[in-house]
Amino acid sequence: MTHSIASPLAAAVADHPGFLSPTGVEIAFVLVGLATLGAAVITVTTRQLVHAALWLVVALGGLAVEYLLLTAEFIAWVQVLIYVGSIVVLLLFGLMLTRAPIGRSPDADSGNRWVALGVALAAAAALVWIVVDAFRTTWIDLEGPAQGSTAVTGAFLFRNWVLPFEALSVLLLAALVGAIVLSRKHDTDAAVRSAPDTAARRDQGRSKGEGPGKEGQS
Amino acid sequence: MNDVSDVALRLAIVFVVFLVAPLLVGQTEHKVMAHMQGRLGPMYAGGFHGWAQLVADGVKFAQKEDVVPAAADRRVFQLAPAVALLPYLLVLVAIPVGPGDGAVGQVVDAGIFFVLAVMGIGVLGSLMAGWASANKFSLLGGLRTAAQLLSYELPMLLAAASVAMAAGTVSLTGILDAFAWWWLPWQIVGALVFFVAGLAELQRPPFDMPVADSEIIFGAYTEYTGLRFALFLLAEYAGIVILCALTTVLFLGGWHGPFGADGLGWLWTLLKTALLAFVVIWLRVSYPRLREDQLQKLAWTTLVPLALAQIALTGIVKVAIN
Repeated sequence: MTHSIASPLAAAVADHPGFLSPTGVEIAFVLVGLATLGAAVITVTTRQLVHAALWLVVALGGLAVEYLLLTAEFIAWVQVLIYVGSIVVLLLFGLMLTRAPIGRSPDADSGNRWVALGVALAAAAALVWIVVDAFRTTWIDLEGPAQGSTAVTGAFLFRNWVLPFEALSVLLLAALVGAIVLSRKHDTDAAVRSAPDTAARRDQGRSKGEGPGKEGQS
Repeated sequence: MNDVSDVALRLAIVFVVFLVAPLLVGQTEHKVMAHMQGRLGPMYAGGFHGWAQLVADGVKFAQKEDVVPAAADRRVFQLAPAVALLPYLLVLVAIPVGPGDGAVGQVVDAGIFFVLAVMGIGVLGSLMAGWASANKFSLLGGLRTAAQLLSYELPMLLAAASVAMAAGTVSLTGILDAFAWWWLPWQIVGALVFFVAGLAELQRPPFDMPVADSEIIFGAYTEYTGLRFALFLLAEYAGIVILCALTTVLFLGGWHGPFGADGLGWLWTLLKTALLAFVVIWLRVSYPRLREDQLQKLAWTTLVPLALAQIALTGIVKVAIN
């Protein structure tokens, strides 16, 4: 990212590669970035729901290629594994389970689109600004050995960033437990079983006209 | 220039293996299934025991009309077979068949992640086919495919993670370099979980609920004919080859063997892969299809706990050794 976004000021610093003679990797980076951006725009503008999910695959795959070009091999494959392999499949599963018409969906639009555009632009501007500000003078040597290899990433993650990593996993665990709790609430079977005995008996008696001895058959 | 020709040669070899190995598995399946069921199988095409049957099938598929249903989503429908098939070709590039860097298409640093990630993409092809066919049976097949993938991806990853922990690396060549014979009993539970979950991911019997031909008429592939259907079949058999080769590399020691370590390593890999492919065929003949709830139950209540137990065991032994 730093190559294409960093300001010209940084490029003017001596010893650093400039923008006037881009290498093949940098050209590829920009081209893949443009393709990714295009796929992302189509994802949010298309009126065909499943097509949006499939364009999302292209956008996420493009991001993985960008990671590869920045020598972050491990991150790239994790991106493919988690996002393309699992999240999108989950998304498609949800679409197929509820509503996935072939062709355009006239109601696949929202009155909030201009607000959404504003929020997206603001978020993008903030992210770009942070990245530019943080990595202004950092350059990655694309020619040498990979600096984003698994060993390097692992050592970096578990030496410098253990605490945020563990905090994130606790957050995910909480989300997991929360999801289970939420889904159990609507499970009438479980509700009857966990409800007080009298309530279950009363329900049973109402539906079957019989007293005790029949509960647990729900 | 030498580098270029070297890479080209490797890719050409991988491509030829990709085209030939699935056909070999398919022909073996014809004959093995036939003999297990007390018949002969194909006997005429090619003369000797019907060896050219699959070639003849391929010619037949190529002659058929390429039909796209009127209500289908044309582009997605036509793209789906390619999405199902190409990931397996990419995976094959990263699988080492012998010792050293010379016997693998391309050394990938994060090999396990690469292989599992790219294999997961292949399922998108089935989902696209199921949705784009504009057919209720196809949509049901697609749904079942997605549900099956979501539940079996986890135990597969956990089992692979156990091996990565044992070897201390996620590179496939690195894992093979670290392998010792006692890993076999140590990782046997992980191996079983990986193999079973892989079978489910390939939708092979007894996990062929998504393509159950007797109830939903081949699921996502109902509307496909001709070459595109052949591509889906090819993807299934390529998947068998990949799964067996991966299980061999991760759990059975790949090119390690009791003897002939220098020069004959690739033979061990091929032998173990072929043996596992035979087991895949054997399971198809001998087990009835699992019902959807049985499928989910097996994944969540048997395979995931087993994989977690294997990871715990791996960790304990690893610490004890150190």
